[in-house]
Amino acid sequence: MIVNEVVELSRLQFALTAMYHFLFVPLTLGLSFLLAIMESVYVMSGKQIYKDMTRFWGKLFGINFAMGVTTGITLEFQFGTNWAYYSHYVGDVFGPLLAVEGMMAFFLESTFVGLFFFGWDRLSKIQHLTTTWLLALGTSLSALWILIANGWMQHPVGAEFNYDTMRMELTSIADVFFNPIAQVKFVHTVAAGYVTGSMFVLGISAYYLLKNRDVAFARRSFRIAAGFGLASVLSVIVLGDESGYTVGEVQKAKLATIEAEWETEKAPASFTLLGLPNEETMTTDYAITIPWVLGLIATRSIDEKVGGINDILANNRERIKSGMIAYENLQKLRLDKLNLQAKSTFESHKDDLGYGLLLKRYTDKVIDATPAQIEEATRHSIPKVAPMFWTFRGMVLCGVLMLFIFAASFYYNAKRTAHKQRWLLRLAFYGIPLPWIANELGWVVAEYGRQPWTIAGILPTHLSASNVDVGQLYLSLAGFFVFYTVLLVIELFLMTKYVRLGPSSLHTGRYHFEQQGLDHA
Amino acid sequence: MLDFETLRLIWWALLVFLICGFIVMDGFDLGIGMLLPFLGKTDDERRVMLNAIGPTWEGNQTWLVTLGGISFGAWSLVYATFFSGLYTGMLVLLFGLFLRPVGFDYRSKLPNPRWRSAWDWALFAGGLVPAVVLSLGAGNLIIGLPFQIDSDLRSNYTGSFWDLFQPFALLCVVIGVALLCLHGAVFLHWRTEATLAKRARRVILWSSLVFIVGFIVAGVWVAVGLDGYRVTSPIDTHIVANLLSKTVTKASGLWLANYSTYPWLLLSPLLAIIGTGLVVFLSAKRHTGWAFLTSCLVVVCVIVTAAGSMFPFLMPSSISPTSSLTVWDASASRYTLNILFFATVLMMPIVMAYTTWVYRVMRGKVTVEDIQNNKNVLY
Repeated sequence: MIVNEVVELSRLQFALTAMYHFLFVPLTLGLSFLLAIMESVYVMSGKQIYKDMTRFWGKLFGINFAMGVTTGITLEFQFGTNWAYYSHYVGDVFGPLLAVEGMMAFFLESTFVGLFFFGWDRLSKIQHLTTTWLLALGTSLSALWILIANGWMQHPVGAEFNYDTMRMELTSIADVFFNPIAQVKFVHTVAAGYVTGSMFVLGISAYYLLKNRDVAFARRSFRIAAGFGLASVLSVIVLGDESGYTVGEVQKAKLATIEAEWETEKAPASFTLLGLPNEETMTTDYAITIPWVLGLIATRSIDEKVGGINDILANNRERIKSGMIAYENLQKLRLDKLNLQAKSTFESHKDDLGYGLLLKRYTDKVIDATPAQIEEATRHSIPKVAPMFWTFRGMVLCGVLMLFIFAASFYYNAKRTAHKQRWLLRLAFYGIPLPWIANELGWVVAEYGRQPWTIAGILPTHLSASNVDVGQLYLSLAGFFVFYTVLLVIELFLMTKYVRLGPSSLHTGRYHFEQQGLDHA
Repeated sequence: MLDFETLRLIWWALLVFLICGFIVMDGFDLGIGMLLPFLGKTDDERRVMLNAIGPTWEGNQTWLVTLGGISFGAWSLVYATFFSGLYTGMLVLLFGLFLRPVGFDYRSKLPNPRWRSAWDWALFAGGLVPAVVLSLGAGNLIIGLPFQIDSDLRSNYTGSFWDLFQPFALLCVVIGVALLCLHGAVFLHWRTEATLAKRARRVILWSSLVFIVGFIVAGVWVAVGLDGYRVTSPIDTHIVANLLSKTVTKASGLWLANYSTYPWLLLSPLLAIIGTGLVVFLSAKRHTGWAFLTSCLVVVCVIVTAAGSMFPFLMPSSISPTSSLTVWDASASRYTLNILFFATVLMMPIVMAYTTWVYRVMRGKVTVEDIQNNKNVLY
């Protein structure tokens, strides 16, 4: 039997390392595009200042990119080290996506990132611009493939269980690629990355404007970030991830917990703006609701219902019972492939096999589960309401704030007075952490919201873990803690140093500190 | 759709190809990392070493990342068993790999000598640790790892991290480290000049010697001492085989059985030995580019020798030989292998084409003057 502590520690380690990685990735996504835009302007206009912008923001990009690469390898390792049964069970579907990501995206970005930094004097303007665009393309392609892989975890399509090999096997790569959840996730996440890059450039440019130095440089950077940021933040909000929450059982459970919708309401459902979800009484205290809105957002209609938590749990209870039958007949089938009776019973219940496996956490045999254990498994078949409810609202709040900042920046840019709006500059500067908070909260909504599954409806998280010792896990957690803390301190130190220095760090002699004869580098 | 037997053979070959790609391409980066504090006596010299590989090392490391993805996709059970079984070892490898991306980018961003020296040692560890862990892992693969696959196809590993340090595996570490130092030194000899190139030549001499001796001793050991494995039940190469239904024997010398079945396989170890001699000769004659190409050939031959001796085994199990993972019972489904094959055939030539272009753009020797003229731009 699998040790619960191993599962919990593996989850903790994966969550921490993935969220840590996600501090750097969105900035890479966004900045690489902004670099490509800045350099395009340079090539088209021939103005040196845009080349300086590409190079300076490129320096910051490099500091961040190194951390993205460092922490990205961790994730690929961890599927194997900590989630070995997962790797076996769904490797046939999930693995190829990572392989293609490597061949199509990682090679592209990591080959051209070197040329981006070292190729300035060896390439023609157009060649270097192409390099920068390929770098940006590589980062976005990598997001595409990993989100297709993640989309499959949320809504597994195009695959079937094979009892001979005891794993899920790919049946249609097209279904996996065009998985609606994956497509929505890709657009939402990539746009969130663009917002992150824009907020970073906007906020730091605002800092230079507040300090009244390198104004020409900062105003141009500010302008590009405001335009690109506004377009991106609108994409994030309009193409919100939530539009994907009506497809698939587990996605519906996510929606219900986000909204703390305990009972299925008459269509169109109302939206709970704020309140205190109470897991014990299964009600939301002090709820402030807005009629119709949830139904409209979630179903894009006024007559479709949005499933409530109690109905979802009742459905899951039945599926767990059906899953027990699937599991029982699977065992018979494994012993004797020619048992036709078992085969036909298994076939008719196999869609619920995953639900049966939920019981593995409570009893290794599954088929001897007591009613109390079935009840326990049912209760834990969806994520907890409060974390979902609050993280989602936190994310949306950050999004709305950023929409305001970008819209205001864009507006005052159009009026050519943005650099004089000190309140806006301050807001942009202090708003720099917003996209990071939104990204991390969004990660929690998507991945904690998937619990108790690694593959929705197919493979419980509990079963996915490797057979490793608790001691090994404490050791690796300690290792990550030490490395990641030290690296973060170093990264932030370098980043702050170069941000303070600004374009003077390019040593062109044209910028603030060099003009004053103060060489700080 | 290609038939299952062909696909599995192709995927075995592609796995070997990717391992070769990784060691050929990133092997010299790892080697230069290990040599960094010893060959570079001054800050400028160290920067020459770093910038000789700086613009391209990141793409080279991607071979490892892709190798991970490919083994996950085409050989899931091997990926799952290897990574979880060698849990601590893989984490040590991972922590080692952490040091290079940040090391390259951050080292020269501050002028402080203590900062730079600290990063130099980090880059040294970033070369040494992966080289040691990977060779240790390879040695243990040849010995066989203590794991068992249960009827749910869950793998249970019973060894500990310290059990990896077996005599034969330690010999493999010596071979691996020497080989990568050789490969790195040959690259440096090609891409640098003056004192640094002279020091690289000295490394070529001793590392090739250590490598050759180690490689031959390992060969003799495999022939007369070390247990090899062989599948004794009939294999149907066209079907989805039940992993646990085969029988496997374990006995000394079995790893050489493939050489009597396929005598041409002997070319591989022979070329590795002859090639190493040729590397030394070509370096002495200052044909540095040719020496590097030959060094790449040596690396490929070493990997092909190991993989070829073990075929069809991918991961033999020392405690439950039946649980051993082979080409015929540990692959992905036929559909997945087929799709992934076409994806690979389509994409890898493109990758190799633009990689070649980037190397062409960045060609030429890196000199101390280059560093001094571009001290704020280069690594």
